[in-house]
Amino acid sequence: MLDLVGIRKTFNIGTVNEKTALRGVDLHLDDGDFVTVIGGNGAGKSTLLNAVAGTWPVDEGTISIGGVDVTHLAEHKRAKYIGRVFQDPMMGTAATMQIEENLALAARRGQHRTLKRGITREEREEYKKLLEMLDLGLEDRLTSKVGLLSGGQRQALTLLMATLKKPQLLLLDEHTAALDPKTAAKVLDATERIVNRDKLTTLMITHNMRDAIVHGNRLIMMYDGQIVLDISGEAKKHLTVEDLLARFGQTTGSSEADDKLLLS
Amino acid sequence: MNFLVSFLNSMPNAIGQGLAWGIMAVGVYITYKILDIADLTVDGSLATGGAVAAVLITMGWDPWLAMLMALIAGMLAGLITGLLHTACGIPAILAGILTQLALYSINLRIMALNDIITMGAAAAKTKPTLALNPDRNALALSSRYVRDLALNNPLLLLAVAVAVVIGVLYWFFGTELGSSLRATGANGNMARAQGINTNRAKVLGLVISNGLVALSGALLAQYSGSATIDMGRGAIVIGLAAVIIGQVLFKKIFHNFSLKLLSAVIGAIIYYTVITLVLRLGLESTDLKLLTAAVVALFLSIPYLKKKYFTKKSRKGGKSNA
Ligand SMILES: Nc1ncnc2c1ncn2[C@@H]1O[C@H](COP(=O)(O)OP(=O)(O)O)[C@@H](O)[C@H]1O
Ligand SMILES: [Mg+2]
Repeated sequence: MLDLVGIRKTFNIGTVNEKTALRGVDLHLDDGDFVTVIGGNGAGKSTLLNAVAGTWPVDEGTISIGGVDVTHLAEHKRAKYIGRVFQDPMMGTAATMQIEENLALAARRGQHRTLKRGITREEREEYKKLLEMLDLGLEDRLTSKVGLLSGGQRQALTLLMATLKKPQLLLLDEHTAALDPKTAAKVLDATERIVNRDKLTTLMITHNMRDAIVHGNRLIMMYDGQIVLDISGEAKKHLTVEDLLARFGQTTGSSEADDKLLLS
Repeated sequence: MNFLVSFLNSMPNAIGQGLAWGIMAVGVYITYKILDIADLTVDGSLATGGAVAAVLITMGWDPWLAMLMALIAGMLAGLITGLLHTACGIPAILAGILTQLALYSINLRIMALNDIITMGAAAAKTKPTLALNPDRNALALSSRYVRDLALNNPLLLLAVAVAVVIGVLYWFFGTELGSSLRATGANGNMARAQGINTNRAKVLGLVISNGLVALSGALLAQYSGSATIDMGRGAIVIGLAAVIIGQVLFKKIFHNFSLKLLSAVIGAIIYYTVITLVLRLGLESTDLKLLTAAVVALFLSIPYLKKKYFTKKSRKGGKSNA
């Protein structure tokens, strides 16, 4: 489904702020893989997702989604294949537009935008049902401006938008990190349900190792712009947080695993 | 008493000016409020609209066709700014200034178009003014009839034009394409993540906006009886004034999009009413730009000053942000 070969990315080349964020990342995802991504602050997790989404061009390597080479495709063109939820709840929705307008925009992801109505009556009915599923009381507020919603509600809405039109690939960048624990659990629960329902190929970054272990069928760990750990199948099912910390110490030769991983 | 009578007497003209500028203000609303771009092209494209309409009308064109051409010319100006910004990476403000500057030369050429055609470009003299006269030229509207109770009263045509413009925009911004423009202005990240080509949306917004601004210029030239090279000087500030006055007064009661556009038009009418009033009170017309700039600066700074005032209160002993 997703194929990354030799991805490299350096920011601010030739300045004092030069920073190599990805140093040759290879990654293959099978159809339906739900992969959790962990790693310390600055390990390159977000950069990896941004590379796939096409936020900027990569320096080296190729990216293909479902067999299509998207390496040189602009961000808005790649959006056809990709659903995204960002870490910042403000980033995934348009605050000055209504809930239903945001959803209608998302329902047309990857489509040519025409002079047809931006939203139809049938759509409204459908959105209402989908919002009910989130259980955040949004189903009666279809025409409310998104700016009036809480961070958790906005993030849940973004998740719905990302998956409204079934994406070939779902990218979640610490999408519950900015939320209070209760709301975070709700959003994560909705994530799990939607991913399972639609069998979505998913890359989910999380700062919570327990979540990384509980969710998905595969776990990768990043360190200094590389994938240093890749566990799937039976091995992942029996994984514990202690295992992860130990493995992190082994691969990186670092004894500050707790700090680097847990406090990030 | 005398003062009041003379003021009331000049009210119809103020309303006419306000309606014609209102279409310009709606154009500014599209870039400034919807796309979040301060587009300075408008100072040039307003004059372009006036110049195109005036020169074609003096050449004997039907005024409606002349206005259509003015609209198209304005759209082209917006296209240039849009491409300078998105394809060449020039900051939007600078892109607008560049187009505006270039339009100064182009507008002078446009106003000399008749001579250029008859005598050739080398012999033709550029003209800073083109006069239009309802006795000699076929005009769609003229301020001469602004107090007449007749169908040729320009207020009627201007009101219909405003209604049509608002109606078409209301429809457009409800379409898939129009929604993509609104999303682009509201949150570019989100728009791109939803597959919207934000660069194209910005260009399209600038094209529509400057088309309306030029149409406003074409109406103004006929209404006031002349197109001049500097009729658009400071237009952006007048447009912003109209948008901001409308927003401040009607924010609480106008929620529908078409009413928000209407509030910009009403803002323009109020602006011209106030201008008429201060002129009657003895201010020189050359002082108006100072007054306009001061009013807009004041209104634009209110949100910032409010915020600053409140933060200071709630952050006692905190670092001041120098
Ligand atoms: N747009 C950018 N410009 C400059 N540096 C960046 C940019 N994005 C990320 N970086 C740098 O790349 C490194 C990896 O960042 P990131 O991928 O965000 O890490 P994380 O694993 O915490 O998500 C960091 O050092 C970060 O400062
Ligand atoms: Mg990150």
